[in-house]
Amino acid sequence: MTALAGSAGLSVVVTIGIFFALLLPSLDFFREVRITDFLTGTRWAPTFADASFGVVPLVTGTLWTTAIGLAIAVPVGLAAATYLSEYASDRTRRILKPVLEVLAGIPSVVYGYFALFFVAPVLLRSIFGIELGTFSVLAAGLVLGIMIVPTVASISEDAMSAVPAGLRHGSLALGANKMRTTLRVVYPAAISGITASIVLALSRAVGETMIVALAAGTRAQVVLDPREAGQTMTGFIAQTATGESTPGTLTYNTLFAVGLLLFVITLVINLIAARFVRRIREVY
Amino acid sequence: MIPIAEAVAPPNLKAATHSDRSPGSIAFLVALWLALAIAVLSLTVLLVDAFIDGQSRLDSGLLTNYTSQVFPEQAGARAAILGSIWVISTTAVLAIPLGIAAGLYLEEFADSERWYNRLIETNISNLAAVPAIVYGMLTAGFALAIGMERRIVLSGAIALALLILPVIIIATRESVRAVPQEIRHGSLALGATPLTTVWRQTLPAAIPGIATGSILALSRALGEAAPLLLLGGLVFVNYDPNGLMSGFTTLPIQIFNWASQPQEAFQQVASAAIILMLGLLLVMNAVAILIRNRYQSRW
Repeated sequence: MTALAGSAGLSVVVTIGIFFALLLPSLDFFREVRITDFLTGTRWAPTFADASFGVVPLVTGTLWTTAIGLAIAVPVGLAAATYLSEYASDRTRRILKPVLEVLAGIPSVVYGYFALFFVAPVLLRSIFGIELGTFSVLAAGLVLGIMIVPTVASISEDAMSAVPAGLRHGSLALGANKMRTTLRVVYPAAISGITASIVLALSRAVGETMIVALAAGTRAQVVLDPREAGQTMTGFIAQTATGESTPGTLTYNTLFAVGLLLFVITLVINLIAARFVRRIREVY
Repeated sequence: MIPIAEAVAPPNLKAATHSDRSPGSIAFLVALWLALAIAVLSLTVLLVDAFIDGQSRLDSGLLTNYTSQVFPEQAGARAAILGSIWVISTTAVLAIPLGIAAGLYLEEFADSERWYNRLIETNISNLAAVPAIVYGMLTAGFALAIGMERRIVLSGAIALALLILPVIIIATRESVRAVPQEIRHGSLALGATPLTTVWRQTLPAAIPGIATGSILALSRALGEAAPLLLLGGLVFVNYDPNGLMSGFTTLPIQIFNWASQPQEAFQQVASAAIILMLGLLLVMNAVAILIRNRYQSRW
């Protein structure tokens, strides 16, 4: 009994552990770099002789890949959820649901490979004729979007399936067709679940590492055009971690300062998502 | 994360079909179809592309050779395969008992009115959404604090165990919740203590669901590379890992490393290793589904 409670309590220890593991090296970092310079500086060059620690380029890199990812994942995921919940026959659903489950189960390093060796050179450059280099936030963002489609689709579908059939019947009895019923009755009734799915997808997009580490590039710059290469927060952590980073050095501490920023951003997003999930539970 | 339970079928609303042929409705349906086509097509192209790139390297050398910087044509995933086996087995040993214990506590014993139990619940759902790479940073910090080497199998397993712990806890809770109250009441009425009831009745009845959830969680750990990147540059390993304190690399890390190299031969061996890894994941998922379909009791 105590052992069982202890196992559950371990989760709290883990959270406290994460907090301190990120905070302690970050405190060392902020002893050498002013926090305002870190948050507002637009030049990220931590390993240069004239080192500069402005995190803005990494944040804009993350913003680009996340925005492109959501631009794909939200419409595609929502449409898939709508079709599965409102239109599909049992047989179609039995075929399509596993496709989404398989998409959800593919490791992100495989998506990274796909972005680097197929989407960028073949799909974007050869087929669509878009001029971009080996690395671009566009290719990384597009594939990131495909990766989080199942997140949006499965949670939205759960929310839409949970809408009582009586609401649909009422709408249809009043003469609305199926599309109108979906748009005007089912969507509004499921809106908190749909929003939660989008916010969770957002948090996954911000925290995703392997795709951006492989396909977005390692040049930390303020990206103005999605065809450019850029580095995200997670991409910087991955790149620096695979190199030599001795604990206690400024490089090592930089890693954790960026990690702390990433953790705080995703935590805020998750707390917002949790609020929406609580709201959906109250409705039905 | 897609819930295992099948969705409830919506009612068949045939009555609505006559007004569903307006141009707007048809355009809407076509848009839905297009979205699904994007998902299906992406999956197909991804698999076909990996297979075309990698088929020339799907040979025994992939399984038996170590990786090589000098001869990329002969590079193999031997150390990565063994490393993945070591790390995932250790992860299973660490995460599954802890996850089941925590899940049982929260579902069967915890008084959800108490503030500390609510704190634990909120906390677990938050942990499930923490970026994977943060678990690597936690483990690196932990290893540094206790003076443990961070480039070893044990560190990798700790990072992955922490990553999948919330998944196993949630799977355990769902399976335990599905066991009907009558079984508990019957056991208690026969004089069993609550602890005996859980151990002899509730847990055995929930095992198929827990096993399915655990295998799916382990398959996620198998494909995860991000947290392991933080545990050192464990990419060039040309020896068999031989214990918890041994250096290691894993399949996804090795794939990441190969895919980052400029030579085309490395790209080929990367996609061959991707096929291998996807094959392994397929087997694990098939086993999970088999357990679910065969042993899950319907009450």
